Amino acid sequence: MGQEGMEKLRGAGWETFDHVADIGVRGIGLTVEEAFENGAKALFSIMVEDLSEVIPRETVPVSCSSYDLTGLFVAWLNELIGVADIREMVFREFTVQINNVSLKGTAKGQRWDQGNISRGIEVKGATFTKAIVEKSNGFYVAQCVVDV
Amino acid sequence: MNAGQPRKIEDCIYEIPRTGAMRVPAYIFADSHLLRDMDSKVVEQLSNVASLPGIVKAAMAMPDAHWGYGFPIGGVAAFDPGEGGVISVGGVGYDISCGVRSMALGIDRKEILPYLDQLIQELFSEIPAGVGSTGKLRLSMEELDDVLRGGAVWAVERGYGEPEDLQFIEEQGRLEGADPARVSYRAKERQLKQVGTLGSGNHYLEIQYVEEIFDHEAAQAFGLEKEAVVISIHCGSRALGHQIGTDYIQILGKAAAKYKIPIRERELVCAPINSPEGKDYYMAMACGVNCALANRQVLMHLVRKSLKRVLSHTDCRLIYDVSHNTCKKERHRVNGKQKTLYVHRKGATRAFGPGHSELPDVYRKVGQPLFIGGTMGTCSFVLAGTRSGEDLAWSSACHGAGRSMSRRQALKRWKGKSVINSLKSKGIIIKTASMRGAAEEAPEAYKDVKRVVDVTHRAGLARKVALVRPMAVIKG
Repeated sequence: MGQEGMEKLRGAGWETFDHVADIGVRGIGLTVEEAFENGAKALFSIMVEDLSEVIPRETVPVSCSSYDLTGLFVAWLNELIGVADIREMVFREFTVQINNVSLKGTAKGQRWDQGNISRGIEVKGATFTKAIVEKSNGFYVAQCVVDV
Repeated sequence: MNAGQPRKIEDCIYEIPRTGAMRVPAYIFADSHLLRDMDSKVVEQLSNVASLPGIVKAAMAMPDAHWGYGFPIGGVAAFDPGEGGVISVGGVGYDISCGVRSMALGIDRKEILPYLDQLIQELFSEIPAGVGSTGKLRLSMEELDDVLRGGAVWAVERGYGEPEDLQFIEEQGRLEGADPARVSYRAKERQLKQVGTLGSGNHYLEIQYVEEIFDHEAAQAFGLEKEAVVISIHCGSRALGHQIGTDYIQILGKAAAKYKIPIRERELVCAPINSPEGKDYYMAMACGVNCALANRQVLMHLVRKSLKRVLSHTDCRLIYDVSHNTCKKERHRVNGKQKTLYVHRKGATRAFGPGHSELPDVYRKVGQPLFIGGTMGTCSFVLAGTRSGEDLAWSSACHGAGRSMSRRQALKRWKGKSVINSLKSKGIIIKTASMRGAAEEAPEAYKDVKRVVDVTHRAGLARKVALVRPMAVIKG
């Protein structure tokens, strides 16, 4: 991604990108943790019409590990999808702490039945397709394609 | 890897010759138009599949193939366990046993039209659909293990359907070899409230009518005639299947390294079929298949309940239930000898031809029914398996239209409301849990299913039986 695209993306911190049948999610940040947090926002933006409608009422701890940073980003998203499924929740705000290839974080959001959230589409899981965690033009980028 | 360019060897068959690490050639079933529209990743992914140990004859792509996860979607490959053959997560996909179940209602279009609004509303209330929805069943972990072992047989035993339904489901409703102990607690935990849910994305329930019949003998065997009403459900193993895929990407990733199998793409990870890891994955994947079969059986039960309330005199006979994302142990002829092969079909439909012993008596003369989903605004097809499909592609055929436009582009181009209104003007009712989903599933975002089916027919993979049109659709 060029400098111009990076600056544009920097505003929101996240975006989705094209994939032939599914959707890509991308987070950007000054730190790898921030990129992971923003990548999670891109993920949940698919599940609702408007992420700002989600009220961060409840905080859920999330942890995962992998064998490299790219694997950790995919594992982080999959952990969030699993936790959201089990708790019947949707998340909006995230914190991440990374130690080598282990992650401890939080996800804040609400249950689907707490209010009338306009639903998007279900994400079944994060994949390794186009999965990258890298530093580019001074920013960390974390991305992958998610299966919908 | 640099794969060779496909070259035409027969009408609707292109070959990628064996080069580099490829152990066998690859075949793409397509015409020039479909081939041109396939992304280059299909060729690359097929060549990667052709390089895996123990692959037999060829790696193949069906006419609706596109870029997938490790395997192309529409990818078919068979592996011989006796020759070091492997089992791969990418060859099955994440939504294990996603498939289509179609039911004949025994009434025609004119009879249902006065009740169509009421029926689709009733079905929309009865069938949980969309992100965040949960089913009405509340299962314990022990009961869920029974689902994973028993599939549709479990559902029928619990009163969700009739015993005679089972003969019209692949594997008679239950894939042997499932072991719930090979499935993670997380996968089961996610599934506890999801049995009997439709899901989201390209999953749907459609009320359709038969507009055209191409093969009268097969149509008659399937109980289809012009104007007959059919209900089709497209969905899979829900959260459980995906979690199994996610878990075994890690497990088979380590196994591939252990057995020194070179992997060119992370989701192509695999293990020898006869290794402990390979056996574990098969047993877990079989649980995913059974979960999907149980799910569609419960959904059919909900359809029958709704029908009773709205159109009590109708029948709801299962025509057949097909799965798209599977690895199955099957007997096939290789160099004149019968062998047990592990046939991976990722986004491809099993298509047994006439005479196959697996088929119910009433279909044995004409071959297995296949249901090829188009879009909510165009049409879908009923096909039948052929004898030639056995030699061509291990009795496999296409599974759908395939997208021509990404979801993101579709979302930029259309609004859900306008898609629904446009279809309403054509007489098609859409009920959806998500306006975003409706926009992403706009009919124009898909390829022409007619071309995919025509090529499937011309290539001899399966033959056209009937064309069905949507009248009312539920999208998750």
